[in-house]
Amino acid sequence: MNQSLIDYTLHLADNALIIGHRNSEWCGHGPVLEQDIAISNIALDFIGQARNFYQYASELSGNNTTEDSLAFLRDVSEFKNVLITELPNGDWAQTTLRQFLFSTYQYYFYQQLQNSTDTRLAAIAAKSLKEVTYHLRWSSEWVIRLGDGTEESKQRLLTAVDELWNFTGELFLPAGYETALLQENMGVDLSIIRQQWNQKVQEVFAEATIQIPEKSWAQQGGKTGIHTEHLGYILAEMQFLQRAYPGAEW
Amino acid sequence: MKQYIIKQYYGDYGEGKNGAADISTSGSSKQEWPLWEVFIRSKQGLDHKHVGSLHAADAQMAIENARDVYTRRNEGISIWVVESKYIHASNPDEADALYDPANDKAYRHPTFYDLPDELTHI
Repeated sequence: MNQSLIDYTLHLADNALIIGHRNSEWCGHGPVLEQDIAISNIALDFIGQARNFYQYASELSGNNTTEDSLAFLRDVSEFKNVLITELPNGDWAQTTLRQFLFSTYQYYFYQQLQNSTDTRLAAIAAKSLKEVTYHLRWSSEWVIRLGDGTEESKQRLLTAVDELWNFTGELFLPAGYETALLQENMGVDLSIIRQQWNQKVQEVFAEATIQIPEKSWAQQGGKTGIHTEHLGYILAEMQFLQRAYPGAEW
Repeated sequence: MKQYIIKQYYGDYGEGKNGAADISTSGSSKQEWPLWEVFIRSKQGLDHKHVGSLHAADAQMAIENARDVYTRRNEGISIWVVESKYIHASNPDEADALYDPANDKAYRHPTFYDLPDELTHI
């Protein structure tokens, strides 16, 4: 049971860390100053969420595990983030669409997780939900703006939908540790989230005047450590300092 | 003399794919979002104070941008935005005529009253 709880917590931490890192790549490159700050804020929110989960996971793991060792000293196959978080940013449409698809998922996920019998997970969820509520609002706005905008913005959004859609199915396919925690009333029921997610995405897509794709193939593996080639590059950059200079501090 | 600035993008995708370049401030289709003035009311304050300005496509985006740009450090609990073009300002060239006449009219300040010593905070 304890291993499932650790894996579950790491899965949530890795999701937040990796999408946070991707968003942070926009820092200094945003389309306009205001949006540069907005997405950097969101990136920082995610790093904060990741830290909360890593701290909990490190306490559960013992053996001198720290939040830093979990973030900086694990390799690709040990990371449990969903694949959609590690995909390259692409253009602004792809980044904001990914944020919308993922934030919708996180929004309903944390809502349920607030009721977890594990009080620590419940507390982190409650705290994070406020941030995610804003991420969802911000990213929905962009999806609607781009979809219902110019011919080019719509085309870019449609391309992004095409790029990302195959990676949404994985969100709702439970890994072993998720099934285990659901049975203990500690985890969330992904089948409920799938319905809520579908409805919300449908609403926003309708407002953005675009269609939900027909295809249903789900690319998966991230939750159990089977990743795209992109994650290795992220970790190489993120972990370089701790690997080259172990224990380095500010 | 023309200067070309080549913006470098991070990551493993080409510049052609980067939407950022297009909404930005370069190229022939350059279209700036309108400017907005931002007013924030702090926790202690009763009034909204002018804190700065920003660009946004419409009022809703202006409020969201203001939230991200000007309330990151817990500065506010309420935001007003107004499109800068709706603000009418006095003409700086007329400053002499407008403000100097008040300079030598000290009697307009309530400084000529004898106050009892017990009275404080005035």
